[in-house]
This record gives sequence, C-alpha cells and structure tokens, in this order.
Amino acid sequence: MTVAVDFRNVDIVFGSDQAGSLALIDSGASRAEILEKTGNVLGCAGASLTVHEGEISVLMGLSGSGKSTLLRAVNRLNVVSRGQVLVKDGDKTVDVVTCDEATLRRLRQKQVAMVFQQFGLLPWRTVEENVGLGLELAGVPEAERKERVHRQLKLVNLDQWAKKYAHELSGGMQQRVGLARAFATEAPILLMDEPFSALDPLIRTKLQDELLQLQAELKKTIIFVSHDLEEALKIGSHITIMEGGRIVQTGAPEDIVLRPANDYVRDFIANVNPLSVLTAWNVMRDRRDLDHGEDGWVWLDRRKTTRFKIDEHGLVVAAERNGKPAVWVSCADVEAHPEETAQVFWANPGTSLKTVMFAMYRSQTAPVALFDDQSRFVGAIGVRDVLSAVLRR
Amino acid sequence: MDPISKFLVSYQIPIGAWGKAFFTFLTDNFNTVLRAFSNGLNFLLDGMVDGLLLLPPVLLIALIALLAYVLQRSKGLALAVFLGLLFILNQDLWKQTVETLVLVVAAAAASMAIGVPLGIWAAHKPKVYRFMLPVLDLMQTLPTFVYLIPVLTLFGLGNAPGLVVTIIFVIPTPVRLTHLGVTSVPKSIIEAGEAFGATKRQLLWKVELPSALPTIMAGLTQSIMLSLSMVVFAALIGAGGLGTEINRALGSRRIDLGLEAGLAIVVLAIVLDRMTRIGVGGKK
Repeated sequence: MTVAVDFRNVDIVFGSDQAGSLALIDSGASRAEILEKTGNVLGCAGASLTVHEGEISVLMGLSGSGKSTLLRAVNRLNVVSRGQVLVKDGDKTVDVVTCDEATLRRLRQKQVAMVFQQFGLLPWRTVEENVGLGLELAGVPEAERKERVHRQLKLVNLDQWAKKYAHELSGGMQQRVGLARAFATEAPILLMDEPFSALDPLIRTKLQDELLQLQAELKKTIIFVSHDLEEALKIGSHITIMEGGRIVQTGAPEDIVLRPANDYVRDFIANVNPLSVLTAWNVMRDRRDLDHGEDGWVWLDRRKTTRFKIDEHGLVVAAERNGKPAVWVSCADVEAHPEETAQVFWANPGTSLKTVMFAMYRSQTAPVALFDDQSRFVGAIGVRDVLSAVLRR
Repeated sequence: MDPISKFLVSYQIPIGAWGKAFFTFLTDNFNTVLRAFSNGLNFLLDGMVDGLLLLPPVLLIALIALLAYVLQRSKGLALAVFLGLLFILNQDLWKQTVETLVLVVAAAAASMAIGVPLGIWAAHKPKVYRFMLPVLDLMQTLPTFVYLIPVLTLFGLGNAPGLVVTIIFVIPTPVRLTHLGVTSVPKSIIEAGEAFGATKRQLLWKVELPSALPTIMAGLTQSIMLSLSMVVFAALIGAGGLGTEINRALGSRRIDLGLEAGLAIVVLAIVLDRMTRIGVGGKK
C-alpha cells in the first residue's frame, strides 16, 4: 500500500518561545506546564501517523486535543515547529514543513483539498462560483472550469442550485457545496475538519452516507477530524485518538472499541453502541479454544448443545443440535429461513454482530459458527461471547 | 500668577514658531512646484465645471437621473433625483451646485483612491496601523480653520486648496473603514482561500476585497457626505460653489439666501447618498 501522508514526530507549538517549548516537550511536559512556563500553547507533540492511499483516517478527540491542529499541518495552515509531514505528490514525496511557497501552493491547488466545519463558502459568490474557486485559483481556463464544476455539482445533486448564492442554501446543502469544491480540484488527498459537526443529526447521517458512497467511487485518501466516535466508527478505516496534543491510540475501529489503550479512550467508547462496530470475527472463540470430542466432533458452545464434525480440510461434514442431526445455513439468509430447531447458522468474519445476534434469536440461542471464505470452520460464537462483547467484560 | 506657572510660561515651547518656520521653508523652497500643482489642479477643476455648465442644465439633470437609475435600478430614485435637482435649478443655484458637485466628487474620489490602499496596507500590517492611528486622529480633530491657513499659504486661493483641505479632512474615513472591512473578513473564508492555494494577491482580490466591499462602499458614502460638509470651509479659501453663497449670506445676514443655499446642499447630499449606496450582489 502506498503512503499518502506520513506524519513523523510532529510537534506544533503556538507562540514565540519555540525552542523553550520544544525542550519542555522533550522532557514530557504537559500542555498546562508548557503554557505556564513559556506562555505558549502546545498544539500537538510527537505525533506520528501514517495514512495510506484510499484510507479514511479519522483523528478523534475532545476539543483542544490537537486533532484539527494536526490535520491542518498537512496543508500548512498550521506551521509545524519540528518534525516532518510527508505528502505524496505524484511520483515523489514532499515535506510540507520545509517546501517552498510555490510547491506548497501547487500542493494546495492540485494534491490536497479541504472541507471546513463552518463551510468557508464565499457568500457573494454563487454555488457554481464557489465550487470553481480552487480551479480558478489554479488558473484553469473558464470553459474547462465550467465543465468540471458542473460535473461535481451533479455528483452531489446540486446542479439545479448552481446559480443560487451559498447563503440561500440550508446547512447540509452548503456543506455539499464545500464537498463539491474540494472534489472539483481532483486532489487525491482530502482534509475534512469536522465537516458535519455543524449539521443537525439527520442531515449529518445522510451526508456521512453520501460521503461513503462517493468514497467507494472516487477512492480518495481522506483525513477526517471528528469529536463524535459514532461518526468515526462509521466512516473510519483507521481511528487515531488524541488527548492533550498527543496521540493515545491508533487502530482499526474495532481495536479501539475492544482494546482501549487507557481510561481516556475507555471513557470515549463508554457510550458507543458495540453493535455498530463489532463483527463476528471480533467476538468469536477460536476453533482451537473449543471443546474437542472424539471423531473430529467439536462443541460450539460451553453448554454442549451443538456440535460439528470437521474433516481434515476443515470443512463441516455433519452437525448435531440437542442430540439430533441438524443443517447448517448461512446467516445471510436468516430472514428467509423458517424458525426451526434443527438448524445452525454460520457467519463470515465480516458479518456484523447484529446479524449474528439475530441469527441466534431465530435459532433459539443456538451458537453461530464462523466460516472463512473457503467455508472452513474457524470458530464459534456463543451467547456468552456476544454478551461479554456487548457489555465489554 | 504663581511662580510655577510663571516659570513654565517663560519657557514656552515655540510650537507655533516651529510650525511657521516649517511652512515658510516649504513656501520659500518649493513655491514653484506648489504653485504649478495648484494651478494645474485649478485648471482641471475649473475645466470640469465649465464643461458641465456647457450642457443645458435640464439635460445635465436628466443625465444625472439616468445615472442614478443605472446605479440603483430604481425608477423612483431616478425621479426623485430629477425633481430634487430641478428644485436647485429653480432656486437659481445651478452654477454653484455644479461647482460644489465637482469639488465634492473630486475630493471623494481622491480620498478613496488614497484611503483604500492605505486602509488595506494598515489591515495587513498592524504595526503600520498603530503609527497611522494618531495621524488619523489628528487629521479628524484638528479644527479645520487651523489648517486652512497653511494650505492657503502653500497653494493660494481657489479650488485647489479647497480640494486639499477637503481631502485632509475626509481621508481618515475611507482609511478606517477599509481597515475595518479587511480586518473583519471571517477567518474561515481566508483559510478557505489559502487552503485552495491562493497567492497573496488572489487572496486580496478574490476574498478580502469582495468580503470587505460593503464596508468600503460605506466609506465612499461617508467620504461624499464629509466632503459636502467641508464645502462652506473650502469656500473661505476661494473654492466656489454653494459654500460661497452661505458665507455671503452669513456676512450680510441674509436669512433667505442662507436657507436657499443650505437647502440646495441638503438636496445634493441626499441625492449623492442615495446614488452611491451600493449593496453587494446576493446579500439581502
């Protein structure tokens, strides 16, 4: 996987005593201590993070945690005090911290686009003039600009609104204009600074869905700042949690939920609905940890109600439930199957926990088996596993 | 007098003498340049007045009403302008009004031409603004009569010194309002411009100035109004127009003449104010 943006030990300090503050950072001082001793504000310290192409990497944290500060280092809206921010620029990589003004401008025009929390639209311009801003600044000829702007407006379903002024639109529509403006430059890297935070919850969910749809098509590299963990879990392929200017934990969404690195992260995830994040893979008991009987029989649950006979290739050859032969069916079709006792559902590692639970419900709390993509048996999920995951015990 | 006051008075700082010496130095050494400047300016202003007076007054009034319509897209306003100016003609003050109009428009235009760039500069450089501020305060609070005298000695009598004093009095307003407009551009849209790779110049022309335009245009309206308020003072040093009539009315205690000329100034003020109020596209 190609690296799109690489933060290497990034320190950002706002204020005049840069050297003094950096020395304090090296001694591990907190933001409050640095403020007291130097009068400078610590933006972020020692931040290292690699963002690969095509990822949606979410920076999370409470306000003042340094997430926006770090994001804004990518296009040098914030000046980095020390460290490197390497941004992919075609075939080469540019260090945004040290590059000259002309390179920075080219990056901002062609490589890195941005979407703002407060939209940042120019109120005296029409929607299409706003969307064309980046192209205009880059000197794209008017005919080509018009064509590209029109295409973007279509993409975000705003083509009938092209001639309206930005302030005549609702908040959700304004942010679509902001998205279209960023997409219009065709920059492969997109910085999104709490883009949906100013919107009401329904519109926010809708725009998140739209962003995911567009992303499936456009495959941009997105760095997304959010203070809302539900949002982060929904759209992020990676999540980085920040506190007091420092990175606390980086990982896949389910890593964060299942293995929080400290109390700060634990507080963060306290109110998250695990059903929206967890998959069958996250909660299953591995095949090796199950109770093995003779002749290749394996008990799927601790109560020993259900067992599978597995052949030497890892495939299931027979199933038994409550001592009687049973069939095994995919829980993808759980809705279609009539409720009967003689069946055991199986799931794939990526199946959501919600589906697994529904399968259990429909089979009178029978355990759910886990098959890999070659139908080999890899593990099982019992009621207890589900409950412990949901309760985080 | 008590001893301390006596002591202080006996060592009076010769501000007045220094100032006088400075202006004498200017007139002694740059007299030709200053006179050439003032003659050129007089020629220009008088030429404009004469040119406008060549047109039949009713035609000129119709043209101004048409301009009002073009600027504001309002038939009602055009009609009001037409009737207002006809009233002035009716009072037999047309020549003086044209003289005043030329002076006011020239002063406002010059003030904007100098004041807006200064305001932008000050907005970008807070240090510059800190130095500019006391000078602007001085220009606005120094009683007008005080600088009538040196301007008179430097430029002689006529329209040119009238224009200069008017500009001195007016210019702080466009500077301040432009500064206000540019410094209060929302940070979010400046950052949007920067994030999409605007150069400093693009940022100024495509983001800062359009955003500050309503405030800058308020500066234009204010400049015109302030220029009008200087008409009477400018008349004291030889600028013609309605101010001369008012000064004459004051000298001869003619209530009727003062009222006529005074009303003409008010009408002119309202006309110019309504014509130059420019809203920004799309903003309601």
